[in-house]
Amino acid sequence: MTNRNDPPKNRFVGWLMGEENPLDDELELIVSTSQQEGRDVLSLEEAERQEEAEELRREKLAIDEKSQSVRIHSWAKHQGAHWLETLYRIAAVVLCGAIIFFLMTTVVALPPFGAENNPYNNEVSQRYIEQGIPETGAVNFVAGMILDYRAFDTFGESTVLFVASCGVIFLLKLNDHSSGKPSRAMLEAEYDDRHHEPKNDGILQFAAKLLTPVILLFGFYIVLNGHLSPGGGFSGGAVMGAGLILYLTAFGFEDTRRFFTYKMTRWISCLPLLCYAGMKSYSFFTGANHIPGGVPLGTPGAILSSGFILPLNICVGFIVMCTMYTFYALFRKGGM
Amino acid sequence: MENFWQVMNQHLDEIVAVILFGVGFTTLLLHRNLIKKILGLNIMDTAVYLFLASLGYVEGRTAPILTDGITSAEKYINPVPSGLVLTGIVVSVSVSALMLALTIRLYRRYHTLDFDQITLMMKGEDD
Repeated sequence: MTNRNDPPKNRFVGWLMGEENPLDDELELIVSTSQQEGRDVLSLEEAERQEEAEELRREKLAIDEKSQSVRIHSWAKHQGAHWLETLYRIAAVVLCGAIIFFLMTTVVALPPFGAENNPYNNEVSQRYIEQGIPETGAVNFVAGMILDYRAFDTFGESTVLFVASCGVIFLLKLNDHSSGKPSRAMLEAEYDDRHHEPKNDGILQFAAKLLTPVILLFGFYIVLNGHLSPGGGFSGGAVMGAGLILYLTAFGFEDTRRFFTYKMTRWISCLPLLCYAGMKSYSFFTGANHIPGGVPLGTPGAILSSGFILPLNICVGFIVMCTMYTFYALFRKGGM
Repeated sequence: MENFWQVMNQHLDEIVAVILFGVGFTTLLLHRNLIKKILGLNIMDTAVYLFLASLGYVEGRTAPILTDGITSAEKYINPVPSGLVLTGIVVSVSVSALMLALTIRLYRRYHTLDFDQITLMMKGEDD
């Protein structure tokens, strides 16, 4: 770094270092001398008067425009609203009727409901069912489908959930990093929360004390058994999130923060997403290049089987749980 | 007439789905309250799930989970629509959450949920 007072060796280097702007004094509008001469002809008073008139004209124009828009809006509010509203309602109902009618005619032309040889019961679903166990090892064919054959799609879903929770945080979180003490909005939210939500409700607390562990355990069971029975990461994660929300409703933010903080939520939603991406990148890479992946499929029906499906289910479950909890906490108080 | 009832019977699920879709769309158009608009959108979502799930059903078959060691496609229903419905549910949850968050922000600014009033106020701000 050169001294600021030294003349820069190179103009470009100087510009890079932010010491000199080569475009200084070069981009200003240069008033042509002839115009300046023309201006000198007008007397100072005359110029002032002209400027004043111009300003007046502009103000009047603005007032005119404003009154015009106010008039239109008030017409729309009072007289126009009535028949426009009726017209709009009739048009909406007619449009919806037309949409229902056209969809109905299409639907009636579909092949009959529940027939065996419908065109959509084709070789795709047959392949998923008949080759599912040797290829994925999952007893639950839907789990095998969404977490093995179509794992990329499920990765997109998890990302959608993650992005949605980021968006909700971005829109609703009251910022607390500006200074040490909480802001006014945060204090208000705190007061609202204490005022409107149940506080120290005996029945709720007793029920939550009994049910929360059971609900969390059941949710985790659904997640772990995703490849064996109905369930999987999404439903199990939703159940676990419901358990956390129940605890939060009964005991408030202070108690929940003892074991589930904002920082932890961030880790629990980011790490599984990265794990998912890593695992699936590995299996896509090895699969596409016909390299043996080295992940044993195990015996179908055992809890430790079906390759990557079990860890992927756990990842998805944690993401869903954190997303549900984030939604609830932010909608309720704008923080955790 | 008999033919009509036969057709209705064959497509009961799909017809219910279409009517639900229409109900949701009407709610979306007729209500000015933003929360009710979001409810209408969710009803439309539900109609689509019902439609998809009913396409996957096959008479007399069981859920696509291995039972009694039979791996023949003749025993289980079509698993593809189930996966698609799962995707749809996840996306609709995310979209509803984002919409509700935006609604809260609008309410904080304009102190109303009426869509027309919000539009009027926004126009007033532009002037």
